[in-house]
Amino acid sequence: MLVLGLALPRLADAAPVGRRVEMQNGLTLLVAERPMLPMVTVEVLIEAGSLREPKEKAGLANLTAELLPLGTASRTAPEISETIEFVGGGLSASASRDLASVSLTVLKRDLDLGLELLADVLMRPAFRKEEIARKVQELQGSIHRKQEDPGTVVQEAFASTLFGERPYGRPVEGTEESLPRITRKDLVEFHQRYYVPNNSILAAAGDVTLEEMQRALEKHLQGWSRKAIPSFEVSAVSPPASLQVVKIDREVTQANIVWGHLGIERKNPDYYALSVMNLILGGGGLTSRLMRSIREEKGWAYDVQSFFSARRLPGAFEVSLQTKNETAGSAIEEVLRQVRDIRENGVTAKELEEAKGFLTGSFPLRFETNRQVVSFLAAVEFYGLGMDYPDRYPEIIRAVTREDVLRVARRYLHPDRGILVVVADPAEVKLPF
Amino acid sequence: MRRARWIPMACLLLALLPLLAHGTEAGGLDVFETTLDNGLKVLLLEEHKAPVVTFHIWYRVGSRNEQFGHTGLAHLVEHMMFKGTEKIGGQEFSRRVRRNGGRDNAFTSQDYTGYFVTIAADRIQLPLELEPDRMVNLRLDPAEVKRERSVVMEERRLRTEDDPSSALWEEVNAAAFKAYPYGHPVIGWMEDLRQLTRTDVQNFYKTYYVPNNAVVVVVGDFDRAQLLPRIQEAFGSIPRAPEPPPVRSDEPSQKGERRVMLRRQDARLPSLVAGYHAPNMKDPDSYALDMLEVILAGGKSARLYRHLVYEKQLALGAGAYYARVSAAPDLFSLYATSLPGKSVEELEQALFDEIERIKTELVSARELQKAKNQIEASFIFSQDSIFSLARQLASYEIVAGWRYWEVYLPGIRAVTREDVRRVAQKYLGSEKRTVGVLIPGDQQSTDSSQQSAVGSH
Repeated sequence: MLVLGLALPRLADAAPVGRRVEMQNGLTLLVAERPMLPMVTVEVLIEAGSLREPKEKAGLANLTAELLPLGTASRTAPEISETIEFVGGGLSASASRDLASVSLTVLKRDLDLGLELLADVLMRPAFRKEEIARKVQELQGSIHRKQEDPGTVVQEAFASTLFGERPYGRPVEGTEESLPRITRKDLVEFHQRYYVPNNSILAAAGDVTLEEMQRALEKHLQGWSRKAIPSFEVSAVSPPASLQVVKIDREVTQANIVWGHLGIERKNPDYYALSVMNLILGGGGLTSRLMRSIREEKGWAYDVQSFFSARRLPGAFEVSLQTKNETAGSAIEEVLRQVRDIRENGVTAKELEEAKGFLTGSFPLRFETNRQVVSFLAAVEFYGLGMDYPDRYPEIIRAVTREDVLRVARRYLHPDRGILVVVADPAEVKLPF
Repeated sequence: MRRARWIPMACLLLALLPLLAHGTEAGGLDVFETTLDNGLKVLLLEEHKAPVVTFHIWYRVGSRNEQFGHTGLAHLVEHMMFKGTEKIGGQEFSRRVRRNGGRDNAFTSQDYTGYFVTIAADRIQLPLELEPDRMVNLRLDPAEVKRERSVVMEERRLRTEDDPSSALWEEVNAAAFKAYPYGHPVIGWMEDLRQLTRTDVQNFYKTYYVPNNAVVVVVGDFDRAQLLPRIQEAFGSIPRAPEPPPVRSDEPSQKGERRVMLRRQDARLPSLVAGYHAPNMKDPDSYALDMLEVILAGGKSARLYRHLVYEKQLALGAGAYYARVSAAPDLFSLYATSLPGKSVEELEQALFDEIERIKTELVSARELQKAKNQIEASFIFSQDSIFSLARQLASYEIVAGWRYWEVYLPGIRAVTREDVRRVAQKYLGSEKRTVGVLIPGDQQSTDSSQQSAVGSH
């Protein structure tokens, strides 16, 4: 058994903030002891996101996750929600592209009850037919309703244009058409295949010790055993040769715009230099170049931002903004101008210092609450960053140079080979594309 | 999210829960209170679990202080607070905060405008240098005001114009208030935004951005004895100004149900909102109303979800929101969205049946206890964030006085089953409500005729 310490910068007592142990069954357990409040926050991450589902069963991973708290071998859905809510706690499950996650928040005195429920929904979900039908109906309703939101429409169109039929190209919750194709057998098999301890991470923060958690989990997770995980493959995305434009007509007062292309995976060593570059370009609140130009100087938008969604596999790089139909064309041209400029000329020494100051200085703000600590610990483990990551992070950022920023801008930004999606009112919008 | 406005939208439970200043729970919070000679109120709460501090300065001004024709002015002034002073250029405020690893932002509500900087504990001096300057020296360049007005108009398009459910809330709010300015949308009507001038901004700023109309709240890793003199030094020399004018109007009692039918092409599902006039936290009935909100909508085992969503399968979602932390009486609201293929009339009937039931039958002892447990637990959970602590302290202080925290949990614990029924009877009468119904534009009647597959039956 290996226990490592995870130290945070500038902590008065310099005590390790997180401890890690691998349990007998292959589950990785991470605990941050924070005894100031009588509460405990737990998150289980399972590598069972939509990345692992077949495309004809779009929505399977999410449906599996959302059904966990809706009934187990010995408890009905109403019994589970009544039990956890009676003690003022919360238990929920959801899926994203890479991961499924089950979250628990309870007062310290209810920890044992909370863990018992958590273990039950993780290990013994019932997938009752009537609950499947009800959940499918609800998901279809929310998918249908989401189409009200031009922001959702533009994002979904961008993802499907970029990734095509690959998992990152479709909504995690599936489609109104794909959900009815999912059978109870699919759900049971997906759960049996991926919801196994050696495919999972459990992180806890609050008024609890590693030893306490271990003892409780050995009791509640009894019978949850190691299993081989099937491998999977996703073909690589090939970028378009020139700008690809997708226009969607809607009666909106504001054009919703996304421009971008393929980005990077989280494990790419250039991730940190790109973080710095992106903060300066469009990731840094009011002070980024895109915000300064499009919002502060021109008054064209309330919000404009750029980001890399660095996931298990390469995700998207995208710039998104909303502006009245009349200024859509000019705003897109300005975005491309800014992208070209940072590629050609890089950033100033002052911009670099500011960005590094923010990334290193705001680091302690990232673990203020139990929820933040838990998410952080789990992410560090998932991406294999090592328990010394908090110590190393400021050094990694400080080491980024202007040359690095220029190099990654040239390598990862493609102003002439992107995908542009515009949801706008055809009667009002003027696009030069 | 930047510059968020806070509006009551589809939250199951806004965790604006109070804290005990001298309690035994959760270590009992020790809030220090003082008022400087110039009238600036200061609240300090040490919290040493992380080397972080959040510095807030909130002004006692919001959209309720706007005159007709000037809606959106409080929020526009908030935007202008980031556009530079005589001393510190536009953007320089946020730049300096970010360079030091901090985050800063602001928000405007009906009752207050709040500004905050959250930063590593050893950088606390930074907001102390920057905030007094922008209380007094805003530059308010006319061209900048005009440009920022355009930004706010874009914000309105984003938040309201192209969002059917926001638009519905806005309509219900406007119909519910005839005299009191809670009918104004915080972001302002588009027609008003087009006309706001630099002079409007200047006058509003000069009137309300004064030390005797502000509250400083600091929560986090600092030493009170060291911080207080620094606050005194930073703000103490700003002179007291005339007291800003109070909001004069009172909302007359509503005499009958009001209805708003909103038909929109871009809406996909029918939904409805019902707002009932209700007292704010200064009224002893507020405890039972708060319990009522949790009993109706505090999770999946609460009545609205359990009956409307889970059992009857009429609604995609349903909830309640009681605007308790409010300077003047506001609304107790219910909302629900139809499932595809289900009629909104049937949903409305089911929703009001729930209200009738809670007015006639007592809630069970277990439901009452569950709601109390949920409120007590949320109260502890919410202390995990210094930002949420500061937000609660500041909002309580502005709407009623922060000491309302001390009496909140005891007040909740004392609520009986009879109290819940009594307040439901007293406030949830149909003549006191404003109902808004959103109808998708492609539907001939409100009876849904969706073509989409709703299989799985």
